[in-house]
Amino acid sequence: MNIMTEASVEQKLSTGTNEPSIKMKGEKVSVHYGEKRALFDVDLDVRENQVTALIGPSGCGKSTFLRCLNRMNDTIDIARVSGKITLDNEDVYDPKIDVVELRARVGMVFQKPNPFPKSIYENVAYGPRIHGLARSKAELDGIVESSLKKAGLFNEVKDRLLESGTGLSGGQQQRLCIARAIAVSPEVILMDEPCSALDPIATARVEELIDELRQNYTIVIVTHSMQQAARVSQRTAMFHLGYLVEEGATDKMFTNPDDKRTQDYITGRFG
Amino acid sequence: MVGYLVVLLLVLAAAAYWIGRTRAIASVNGDVARLHSLPGQHGMFLALFAAGPALLAIVLWSMVTPGIESSIIADRFSAELSGMGVPQVEAFIRDAHAMAFGGLVGFADPTKEAAAAVYKSIHATSAWIIWAIALMLSASGFYWAYSRIAQAYRARHVVERVLRAFLITCSAVAILTTIGIVLSLIFESLRFFQQVPLYKFLFGTHWSPQSAFTGAGAEAGAVNQDIFGMVPLFAGTLLITFIAMLVAAPIGLMAAIYLSDYASKSVRAVAKPVLEILAGIPTVVYGFFAALTVAPYFRSMGESLGLNVASESALAAGVVMGIMIIPFVSSLSDDVINAVPQSLRDGSAGLGATKSETIRKVILPAALPGIVSAMLLAVSRAIGETMIVVMAAGLAANLTANPLEAVTTVTVQIVTLLVGDQEFDSAKTLAAFALGLVLFCITLTLNIVALRVVQKYREQYD
Repeated sequence: MNIMTEASVEQKLSTGTNEPSIKMKGEKVSVHYGEKRALFDVDLDVRENQVTALIGPSGCGKSTFLRCLNRMNDTIDIARVSGKITLDNEDVYDPKIDVVELRARVGMVFQKPNPFPKSIYENVAYGPRIHGLARSKAELDGIVESSLKKAGLFNEVKDRLLESGTGLSGGQQQRLCIARAIAVSPEVILMDEPCSALDPIATARVEELIDELRQNYTIVIVTHSMQQAARVSQRTAMFHLGYLVEEGATDKMFTNPDDKRTQDYITGRFG
Repeated sequence: MVGYLVVLLLVLAAAAYWIGRTRAIASVNGDVARLHSLPGQHGMFLALFAAGPALLAIVLWSMVTPGIESSIIADRFSAELSGMGVPQVEAFIRDAHAMAFGGLVGFADPTKEAAAAVYKSIHATSAWIIWAIALMLSASGFYWAYSRIAQAYRARHVVERVLRAFLITCSAVAILTTIGIVLSLIFESLRFFQQVPLYKFLFGTHWSPQSAFTGAGAEAGAVNQDIFGMVPLFAGTLLITFIAMLVAAPIGLMAAIYLSDYASKSVRAVAKPVLEILAGIPTVVYGFFAALTVAPYFRSMGESLGLNVASESALAAGVVMGIMIIPFVSSLSDDVINAVPQSLRDGSAGLGATKSETIRKVILPAALPGIVSAMLLAVSRAIGETMIVVMAAGLAANLTANPLEAVTTVTVQIVTLLVGDQEFDSAKTLAAFALGLVLFCITLTLNIVALRVVQKYREQYD
């Protein structure tokens, strides 16, 4: 916790204001899956170099909102998004926006570790190769190494970079997926319950990692664990039945929420 | 007569079911919950023992009696038959049987008529014997099982065990048939290899078994060993299979990719069944499509290009066979591609990869082993295919790699060797078995390799 407060103090000093600037902004975001409406006019800001946690009971729309941020909902035929989402004041649903480029800037880590059935090296090199980020083999090696280092995995796998990524343990696989996302140097990383398939020790490592990554990236994380939201995030947004119930600084949300539903949810009375 | 017996036993079984059920219920004065097994299971138990042994006895009887009856005839008339060879004796018995029970009679004479009369009486006796045996078995089985039915009797376990034995028998029939076919292939092939050495068969380059006999009369049995070289057939098979895969592999794979990753639900709902209908077209229809439409088309196209295309060309047969196996390749590959988890597609898309990049760099490599095995299965299908090549590729055993010429395949030659009046012990006929054996070995190897590859692939995601 100490490191975290120091870091946020630093952050506040460097920007010179109390609030970090807004990286992504959602205005009146609604999502329909066919006839069914999953999200109702959500207004939510994601602040730069902070971890924003989205919490709420299952089916409340938090993952749906997350997937709007890098247009992953485009892959679902029946999903329809309305409202406005901006990244650095650019509308991400603008037809002129290249979704490939958007996803390079807003990376994603999924619920279940999903390394490709390729070598560890190839897993990390996949993104840079697609986007042509490396001009030479040496440069690519450098990107792979630094990404693995940032994901805290390099020391564990440096001797077996050419072995299959699927042979790692669950926690290592998830950190490999984080390294894979980092390798394309995104600005925002979206995490959809990244620890739900991991044991407590692996979870602790990933949480530490998220805290470190905050220095360089903006992170949005969906989680079912109240403790995790409290531990890793600076801001928390509570969703319920497709509505944004309440949003604010994590400390306040967990000690003195405005809305009774938030109070009930974080104390375990429903959800 | 024995048919009536079977019907009677089935009626008995139904009655026994009802009796067993009633007795089980009566044994606990209607309080069914106290029974160890359900009333129906007691009924089944009684029915099985009332009819089962008797039916088994009938099956055994019907397998054994024809042999016994004919040997009795042969024995009674041994004096008349003493001067005859084996085929004549067989013909004699066949005719006697036909005269007694109806059928085609070669030619009648008084001895045969006498034999037929004996045949009839023996058969009637044996029918009476089986009636007596069956009824006795049925009665004793019924009595034994009936006396067992009681509150604590474990009828359920007995019924389960009998059902298990029945299921084992069913699967054994399939397996034993396969083994029997393979063994008959092997033994007939061995007879062939006694006449033609194995190396001449496997490595000979000249195939014209229609001229198998060098002489007549005393030399009629002599076999020209040099005309049974299977290399041209094998080369023809490979050539046609190669052309077929050249057509089917890319088209089938691309169709599978489109269906699994690009097609919308409504397109898929129409396109997939239509592709599968393509698989349901009888191969003989493909055959005349190849012979009457595709081959002439290729020939006229070849003429306009100044090429000499045979009217029955490997190209036409191969292309049509390729079209035939497209649905085979596409539906197997589609399954394999669909088995690649959605999470890998999401992961790749989340990194900013486009759909085609995802397919080329993630999905296809992950699905490759499965696709390879789909291809191998398609190859073994193509090698075994007969009808199209019979109609479109011709019979000439040319050793050539030119797809515009007529070639022939292993399967076509098996057909031509066995069609028409043949002696079943000539080298020419036996060659068909040897070819069948080689074909079997090839497709078996391909299938084993394909299944192995699939197994290895499955382990990746489980």
